[in-house]
Amino acid sequence: MSTAPLLEVTDLVVEVDNGKRILPVLDGVTFSVDAGRTLGLVGESGCGKSMTALAIMGLLPQGFRVKSGDIKLDGKSLLSMGPDALRKLRGSVMSMVFQEPMTSLNPVFTVGDQIGEALRLHEHLNAADARTRAIEMLRAVQIPAPEERVDNYPHQLSGGMRQRVMIAMALACRPRLLICDEPTTALDVTVQAQIFSLLETLQKEMGTSIILITHDLGAVAEMADDVAVLYAGKRAEAGPVATILDNPSHPYTRGLMSCTPRLRLGSAALTPGHTLAEVRGMVPPLGQFEAGCRFSPRCPMADAHCHAAPPPDVHLGASQTVLCWKVTQEQAA
Amino acid sequence: MTNLKQPLVFLAQSVGLALAVVVLNFLLIQLAPGDPVSVIVGEMGGASEEVIAQMRAAYGLDKSVLEQLLIYVSKVAVGDLGYSYYHNSPVLQLIMQRLPATVLLALSALTLAVVLGTLVGVLSARKPHGLLSSFVTVVSLIGYAAPVFWTGLMLLLLFSAIWPIFPTSGMVQMRAPKGFMYYVDVAHHLVLPAVTLASIYIASYSRLSRTSMIDVLSQDYIRTARAKGLPEGKVVYKHGLRNGLIPVVTMVGLQFGQLFAGATLVETVFNWPGLGRLAFESILRRDYPTILGILLMTSILVMVANALTDLAYRLVDPRIRSKRA
Ligand SMILES: Nc1ncnc2c1ncn2[C@@H]1O[C@H](COP(=O)(O)OP(=O)(O)OP(=O)(O)O)[C@@H](O)[C@H]1O
Ligand SMILES: [Mg+2]
Repeated sequence: MSTAPLLEVTDLVVEVDNGKRILPVLDGVTFSVDAGRTLGLVGESGCGKSMTALAIMGLLPQGFRVKSGDIKLDGKSLLSMGPDALRKLRGSVMSMVFQEPMTSLNPVFTVGDQIGEALRLHEHLNAADARTRAIEMLRAVQIPAPEERVDNYPHQLSGGMRQRVMIAMALACRPRLLICDEPTTALDVTVQAQIFSLLETLQKEMGTSIILITHDLGAVAEMADDVAVLYAGKRAEAGPVATILDNPSHPYTRGLMSCTPRLRLGSAALTPGHTLAEVRGMVPPLGQFEAGCRFSPRCPMADAHCHAAPPPDVHLGASQTVLCWKVTQEQAA
Repeated sequence: MTNLKQPLVFLAQSVGLALAVVVLNFLLIQLAPGDPVSVIVGEMGGASEEVIAQMRAAYGLDKSVLEQLLIYVSKVAVGDLGYSYYHNSPVLQLIMQRLPATVLLALSALTLAVVLGTLVGVLSARKPHGLLSSFVTVVSLIGYAAPVFWTGLMLLLLFSAIWPIFPTSGMVQMRAPKGFMYYVDVAHHLVLPAVTLASIYIASYSRLSRTSMIDVLSQDYIRTARAKGLPEGKVVYKHGLRNGLIPVVTMVGLQFGQLFAGATLVETVFNWPGLGRLAFESILRRDYPTILGILLMTSILVMVANALTDLAYRLVDPRIRSKRA
């Protein structure tokens, strides 16, 4: 196995031009995903999780742009690639499952057409072969009677089934990287558990790396190998799941943990609007960040130094990194 | 809208509607002042009381309104639309002679309006602030706001008088060419009337499809299509347009009635030998059977068009199709 990670995001800076001002969305986000592993990307609503995912896919909405930094997939920079070369990677080498299963499928095409489309495009299959593969994929995501469902339209399926179809679509070309943006927020708890175990099974079979974006630390504890915690466009902390969840170093991560007393699936989803018990306040809106550490206004440990200057990235041990003055001071001591 | 799940119900509804149209039109005409016999007599330069009474009896105009209505309905029921006082020929035959010209004009104009309007709408939806978008918006608004006869006359002035590349009137030359050239000649005559009639609708279709496409292109499934790696053309014209067309199809169905009304004006301006001009002439001549026949025929055409729209609607929107089951 190669030692280089499959995906490397380095110092990623993304900004948005809202017509009046240019606002920072992501600021120096760094993390990596190893082949066949799962990275949990967590943080409250509005921290920039979806924008990170869309930046990787090259699908940032209008007005957003990558200002600096790099995204490397398999050693090749996605940012210096032409739009057509990047397009050819989408749906084949990397693909994405979106947050909204009810609206992410096209209502006027059958699910078979929509799953087969990527296969016809990237693997140049003919209509009949694409259909056969679509049925196989539907079976793989455990949809009953796939031979019949293949001709269904999205409105004939339940939310859970639609999300399975989305997963089937994303995995049809056996991508090396799958980004799941809150794949289960819209679904009820039993279906959530089914979707997660399905993802695990398929990952074992295909060796796909997964970025799992979620509010749910319980899901991260169960699914992920590594975690990256985002706060207000900055990566607050990153490292192996076991380390971070057992021994969180950043006060924000600790705050997130305290909302999830038992780390079990669905035990406490940080739904939008839901405030953290230990950490008062909310994520500041874009462009209204503190000059120093962005978390300092909400941090129970913050001192004058935290408010004044942004903290550096500190390495703790071999694989954990933290963005916090307190940790820096402890290390120095 | 009609419900094609039960063709029999649909048929019964249509027949009932046609009957209502027949009765209503007949009664409306009775309200109009003037009597066809007096028009004919006027054209003959006067006649004696005796002759006038004879003519009234011959046309059945001496009977009561109710009797006349019953006679008319029972004849229409067996496909007899009566006899034109003026043209001296059965109304059905007259209508059938003129129908193809109107259908040709109306369908060409509609196709032109839908295709051009949608194309423009889609292009400007992709670049809502582009130059093409503004240019086309202005031009199509002029077409929408200007009266049809004015547009027609301006086009005639420009392209038949100042720069004579199109004929001024009619559907074929005096000495109509044979074979394939006949169709070329008809097409040549068709251009200005069809453009004129289409000009009323291009603006509505371009604006409708523009709004619809802007909405569709911001939907989540468009992002899904991009995430699959589809080229932008496929994203817009396959995934976008199939959804963006749904309101356009609805509007086509709603506009058929208006389309025949517009055709009447255009046919008059361009001397196009269709039903509209026949209707116009028949009104001037108080040719009641012909007027009634044309009104019935247009109603039937609109009903057929609505049924076809309904079918098209099911074709483009599977969510409606499955409600039948
Ligand atoms: N179209 C847009 N224009 C301007 N700002 C936007 C737009 N979309 C998102 N944002 C802002 O970008 C920031 C990052 O948003 P992002 O969607 O990545 O958050 P998220 O972490 O995915 O949140 P959630 O958990 O709610 O999905 C937020 O502050 C959000 O308000
Ligand atoms: Mg999001």
